[in-house]
Amino acid sequence: MTIELPHRARYPAGALAFPHRGLLGIAQLQTHEILFLLDEAEQWVALNRRPAKHSDQLAGLTIINAFFENSTRTLLSFEIAGKRLGADVVNMHAAQSSVKKGETLIDTAMTLNAMRADAIVIRHGSSGAVRLIADRVACPVLNAGDGQHEHPTQALLDALALRHALREAGRASSDGMVNGLVVTICGDIRHSRVARSNILCLQALGAVVRVCAPPALMPAEITQMGVEVFHHFDAALDGAEVVMMLRLQNERMDGQFIPSPREYRHLYGLTPERLARAAPGALVMHPGPMNRGVEIDSTVADLAGRSLITAQVEMGVAIRMACLEVLTRRARQVEGWA
Amino acid sequence: MKVRSLTITGGRLVLPGGVRPGGLRCVDGFITSVGDVAPQDGDEVVDARGALVAPGLVDYGTFAIDKPAFHFGGITRAALMPDQSPPLDHPARVRFAAQSGKPDFWVHPLAAASVGLAGEQMAELALMRDAGARGVATGRRWIADSGAMLRLLQYAAMLDMVVVAHAEDGGLAGNAVATDGDIATRLGLPSAPAEAEALAIARDIALAGLAGARLHFRQVTTRAGLALVRDAKARGLAVTAGVTPAHFMLSDLATKDFRTFARLSPPLRSEADRQAVIAGIGDGTIDVIASGHDPRGAEDKRLPFADAAPGMAGAETLLPCVLTLVRDGVIGLERAFDLLARMPAQLLGVPAGELRVGAEADVALIDPEKPWIVDSGRMAAAAGNTPFDRQPVQGRVLALWKGGVRAAS
Repeated sequence: MTIELPHRARYPAGALAFPHRGLLGIAQLQTHEILFLLDEAEQWVALNRRPAKHSDQLAGLTIINAFFENSTRTLLSFEIAGKRLGADVVNMHAAQSSVKKGETLIDTAMTLNAMRADAIVIRHGSSGAVRLIADRVACPVLNAGDGQHEHPTQALLDALALRHALREAGRASSDGMVNGLVVTICGDIRHSRVARSNILCLQALGAVVRVCAPPALMPAEITQMGVEVFHHFDAALDGAEVVMMLRLQNERMDGQFIPSPREYRHLYGLTPERLARAAPGALVMHPGPMNRGVEIDSTVADLAGRSLITAQVEMGVAIRMACLEVLTRRARQVEGWA
Repeated sequence: MKVRSLTITGGRLVLPGGVRPGGLRCVDGFITSVGDVAPQDGDEVVDARGALVAPGLVDYGTFAIDKPAFHFGGITRAALMPDQSPPLDHPARVRFAAQSGKPDFWVHPLAAASVGLAGEQMAELALMRDAGARGVATGRRWIADSGAMLRLLQYAAMLDMVVVAHAEDGGLAGNAVATDGDIATRLGLPSAPAEAEALAIARDIALAGLAGARLHFRQVTTRAGLALVRDAKARGLAVTAGVTPAHFMLSDLATKDFRTFARLSPPLRSEADRQAVIAGIGDGTIDVIASGHDPRGAEDKRLPFADAAPGMAGAETLLPCVLTLVRDGVIGLERAFDLLARMPAQLLGVPAGELRVGAEADVALIDPEKPWIVDSGRMAAAAGNTPFDRQPVQGRVLALWKGGVRAAS
């Protein structure tokens, strides 16, 4: 059973709309496939705003959240998404057990596969780890963050939150694109999978993406990804319509990258004064967890009508519901997808 | 052991001066005549049928003793890196390693420069030399302390041992598993600038000059590093350089699917650096091409890229990869065997690596054109971690003799 949605007419019929077995990264997606997932998520945004937030579309399916790295919000978001769709959701906190790497990763994949999971959501601290597992299991795999590589559902939920905010401001385009929108991503770009996925996703949707960080936190040759590179925050903010702040990923740093959090705030903290340098009404985003008073001031983070931070969390559940629902269509033998 | 005399006829001899038709005769494990030879009564006679008759390859810098793979690749001797478990930092281990391949494969251990290869306390180099070590190596690591490196070079110079250095500045390289660039950035792999190599080379050349030491960089893989080596040679310093086929066959593009078989140390470089390596081979800056043979099974390689062990199984593909340089006109056949046999034998100080009267009868019979496809699932090596999987190559060893005795294969 599927709900008929008006946007369906815009995409190829059946599985051609999203011909992927899993969701490993934004890099594998075409623009229309990104738009498809965003459009699919709208029904779940609506459902999640109702008192009875339940669908039984995935009833009987087992979804395993295998998190090899600590996570609170992403894990919770995937868990809620699975449960609202009626699936049986099991969380595996591999980060807390003593087996974290080695052949155990493959062993874990084979174990999960043998348990006949219908979808596996994986977070792992090493770039490429999710793909390694995906190659060895029969069910769809969703990347919930692999090292410094990609975090595709974060980029999708950011795009959805942005779309809703633009819609409320009367600036949304009917085709779902954000052509010419100037987005500045500021923070630890080097160690950020969120930055990489967002660069790819926002560019696919037509945005102009700027990245801003001190040189040590900027990845080499990042210009080859088609972004504008800034080291001075004020210049990066000039004309920016969206400011996306990232935290310092201290746990991934090998050596000292900045002198102190205080000094970092001095150069890159998003204060109300700094925000005033951006375009009028510029929107503020942050994937969380925030370090209030370091990369973002509380007054900015809580700025009603401008800060999308709680909306991002809300959209996260809807996007993950969409991804789980779409990726299990084949197993559920949905017409046109089986 | 009495060895039956061997006469090979009808081949194309690969000699330092060029390739010319002929054969050779070996008695008691040594080459006794080269050129127009006639078999004598009782000789084992082999008709080469036009195949190349070349010196057995001398592989300078391998991480494992893997006889089936070496014999497949026409390799009769190898300089074994000290990066063993435990490291070759003790005379007894060196002595054992030196005996471990005989009779049909000779291992020449390189002594660990420091205890446990930790880069701090110097190991017992003289005792290891006298136990059979044919050089000193820092292993797959850089000695960070410049004072310690200088003392090592001075001591090794006194003992007349070549110091084999790993050229990666440890501070810049950190925990990097890739070279800074578009690919590493897109994949989100910890990466370091290629300049980490030139920095290390510049320091070690300066120190080797001070110490009057012989210095060999096992792998020089960047344009800047090669320029420094070229300059040092022009100044008359005793500096030599090697490389493995990975760095002239592949660039960092080969890592784009997180393929851990392409996880190497030093990491694969940009296409521009790959071209610079080819130029360095062509102009003589690079003296040695080695396999870096390091067979690694699934427990070391079936891991996320950054967690996987570095290294490739390279013994079987060494010769075909170098022959691509010959086919591409970068070098001639005789120079190919300089890089694969004569120069590494010279570095080791062993009477091998070329077909001349009096040298040990380490001889390979080679069909340089024979096509085959590299298949990681069917390798002679202890593990199939080749970055050249599924690639068609040309050149195959037809027969191999070590000390005049046919090597089992």
